[in-house]
Amino acid sequence: MRHIISILLENESGALSRVAGLFSARAYNIESLTVAPTDDETLSRMTLVTSGTDDIIEQISKQLNKLIDVVKIHDLTEDAHIERELMLIKVQAVNETRDEVKRLVEIFRARIIDVTDTTYTIEITGNGDKLDAFVEALSSITIHEVVRSGLLGISRGDRALG
Amino acid sequence: MELTGAEIIIECLKAEDIDHVFGYPGGAVLHIYDAFYRQDDVKHILVRHEQGATHAADGYARSTGKAGVVLVTSGPGATNAVTGIATAYMDSVPMIVITGQVPKPLIGNDAFQEVDSVGITRPVVKHNFLIEDVKDIARVFKQAFYVATTGRPGPVVIDIPKDITAERTEFSYPKDISMRSYNPTTKGHPGQIKRAIDIILSAERPMIYTGGGVILGNGSEQLRQFTKKLGYPITQTLMGLGAFPASDKQSLGMLGMHGTYEANMGMHHCDVMIAIGARFDDRVTGNLEKFCPDATIIHVDVDPSSISKNVRVDVPIVGEVNQVLSDFNQALEQADRAPNASALEKWWTQIDEWRSQDCLKFDRESEIIKPQFVIEKMHEVTGGEAIVTSDVGQHQMFAAQYYGFDEPRRWINSGGLGTMGFGMPAAIGAQLAHPDDLVMCITGESSIQMCIQELGTCTQYALPLKIVNLNNSYMGMVRQWQEFFYDKRYSNSHMNVQPDFVKLAEAYGHVGIRVEKSADVEPALKEAIAQKDRLVFLDFITSQEENVYPMIPAGAGMNEMILV
Repeated sequence: MRHIISILLENESGALSRVAGLFSARAYNIESLTVAPTDDETLSRMTLVTSGTDDIIEQISKQLNKLIDVVKIHDLTEDAHIERELMLIKVQAVNETRDEVKRLVEIFRARIIDVTDTTYTIEITGNGDKLDAFVEALSSITIHEVVRSGLLGISRGDRALG
Repeated sequence: MELTGAEIIIECLKAEDIDHVFGYPGGAVLHIYDAFYRQDDVKHILVRHEQGATHAADGYARSTGKAGVVLVTSGPGATNAVTGIATAYMDSVPMIVITGQVPKPLIGNDAFQEVDSVGITRPVVKHNFLIEDVKDIARVFKQAFYVATTGRPGPVVIDIPKDITAERTEFSYPKDISMRSYNPTTKGHPGQIKRAIDIILSAERPMIYTGGGVILGNGSEQLRQFTKKLGYPITQTLMGLGAFPASDKQSLGMLGMHGTYEANMGMHHCDVMIAIGARFDDRVTGNLEKFCPDATIIHVDVDPSSISKNVRVDVPIVGEVNQVLSDFNQALEQADRAPNASALEKWWTQIDEWRSQDCLKFDRESEIIKPQFVIEKMHEVTGGEAIVTSDVGQHQMFAAQYYGFDEPRRWINSGGLGTMGFGMPAAIGAQLAHPDDLVMCITGESSIQMCIQELGTCTQYALPLKIVNLNNSYMGMVRQWQEFFYDKRYSNSHMNVQPDFVKLAEAYGHVGIRVEKSADVEPALKEAIAQKDRLVFLDFITSQEENVYPMIPAGAGMNEMILV
C-alpha cells in the first residue's frame, strides 16, 4: 500500500543522503521525495511517498526514527490529510491547438505562466491523479517538457508535526 | 586560552577519559599527531594497517564497555578503516573514528588522498560528522561520544579537514548534552512489563534467548538473577556468550546454525520465548517460516527497529536490557505466584533427553589434533578465565562451542560482519585494556594472514598475546560448505601455501611453537602461558577435513539439525 511519510529533520548537510541511503541500502521503494527548509531554518521538512506491506512500513518508520538527524516522523496516510503536487508542463501551441490547450487549462484550473509564438508553459497543482489526468488530456498535443515537484502532504485538522 | 583544533581534539579525548588511541599517521592528520607528540595523557598505539587500528579499538571497547578511539588519515587511511568500522557497526560496538580530511578549500577537487569519508562510511556508522569550523570540534566530540555509547551503541566517524586542526579558538568542553533528534528509551513500558511477567509465569515450556545486547547493556548480573529465580532454560547467541555462565546447568549453550541440539530443539518447541538483547539473526533462526511455531514471544531490546524486524513478536519492550531485567526481577519478587513447577519438571526432562544426545561429542583419543580438543584443553589450562578473541570460520564456532564462557566481555569475535583478520588486532586492544589478564586469540591459518602485520604492533608494545592457530590448511568453513553443497569441489579454499608461522613469529621477535600431536597440546599451552611476558604463537597442525557440528543447513528449521 502507498504511504506518505512526513519527516522533520535537522537542516544539515548530509541529512538528505542519510534518508535516501537508508532507502537504497534496505531496498525500500521511494516513489517521490521532496525536501525544503521550514519556517524554522534549522529544520527541513521532507515528504516521502513509498509503498510496502505493513511490516515494511513499520520498519521504514523505525529505521527513519533511528537516524540521528531525524527529529520526528508521521505517516500522513494513517489519518485524513491533504496531498498536493505541482507540475510545470511546456506544450507546443500553434494554430488551433492554442485554443484547445487554453480550454483544457480552464477545465483543469491550471494556469498558463509563459507564452511564446509556439509554446505555452502551464502550471497546475493537485493530487497526483489530477496531474496524470491533465497529462492524459494533453495526449494529442506535443509535450516538450514535464516537471513534477513530487508530492507534498499535510494533516487535516489541528494536528501538526511541529 | 586559545588552542589549535588539534590540541582541542586531545582535550576532548581527555575529557572523555580516553587513555588509548589506535592509529596511523598521514598528511591530513599531521597537526593532530604533532599535538599527540606534545602530551603524555593519551597514549597513541601505532598499528601497522588502519584495519588493525579499528579492530584493536573494537577489542578495547568490547572488553571494557568504553568507546574505542581510532585516528587515521584521509583517503586510504579512511578506506582501510572501513572494514573495522563496519565490523563494529554490525556488532553495535561503541567507537569513535577520527578521519583526517584534505583542507576545506580542496574538498571536492579530487585532491591528493581525498575521499568522501562521510559518504563512504555513512551506511556503516551510527552517525558521522564533517567538521567545518574549529569552534564546532568540542560540541561534535561531545555529541559523538554520547551517540556512540548510549542507546544501541555503534561507531561514529568524525571527519576533520586539515586546515581546521591548525586554526585556533577558545576551548571549553560542554558539560551536558541534549539532542532534540536523539533520545534513546531507557525504561521499559510498565504495562508491557506486567503483561510479560504474566506470560512468563504461565509458561509451560519456556526458553530464555539472549544476545549480545545483554553484554553491551551490562545486564549480565540482572540476567543471572532473573534466570535463577525462574529456573528456566537459557540459550545464548554467539554474541551473547558469557552473560550467563556456560557452566551452569540451566545453560543450554549456544543456539543457531552451529548451536547445540538441546538449545535449538528447546527453541523450536517452546511455548514462551523471552528474547533479550538479541535480534533474531538469520544464523540463529534458520528458516523463518519454520521458526518456533508455538511460541508467544516477548522481546526486550533498546533498539525498536530490532523488534518485529524478522519475526513478529507478541510483547515488545523497548528499553535498556539491565533496566528492564531489574524491573522483571522486581515484578517477580512481588508476584503472587510461582512458575508452574510440574510443567517445568516435564520440560526439563525433555530437555535433558535432547541433551543426552551429547551433540558436541568428538574423538578425544585421536592422535591427530582435533581443533575441538585444543579449545577444551585451553579451557582446562586457563580455568576458563582468559579473554578470548577469535577470527572467523570453523575455529570461531569451535571456540564458541567448547570454551565455555562464564563471564561477560571475555569472548570477543566478529559475529555480524564475520570479518576475517579481526582476532589478533582485537586481542591487542583487549590486552592493552587488561594488561594483567591472559589474552588469547583463537585463529586459523587463513584468517590470521589477513592482519598478520599486527605482530609488529605486539612487538612494539610488548603485548604477551597467546595466539592459538588451528592450522588445517583450509579455509575450513568454506571447505565445509564446499564439501556439503558443492560435492567436495574445493575451489580456492586450500591454503596449502603458508609461511612458516614459527619462523614468522620469531622474525617479529616473538616465540613460535609448532604442535603436531594431541599429546603435545596441553604441554604447549602450558608452556605458552608460562611465558608471561612474551607473545607465543602456537601453530597447531590439526585434522584437515574436520566439520563443525551440529548444523542447521540453509533453509531448514531449528528442529532439522544435522548431528555428527
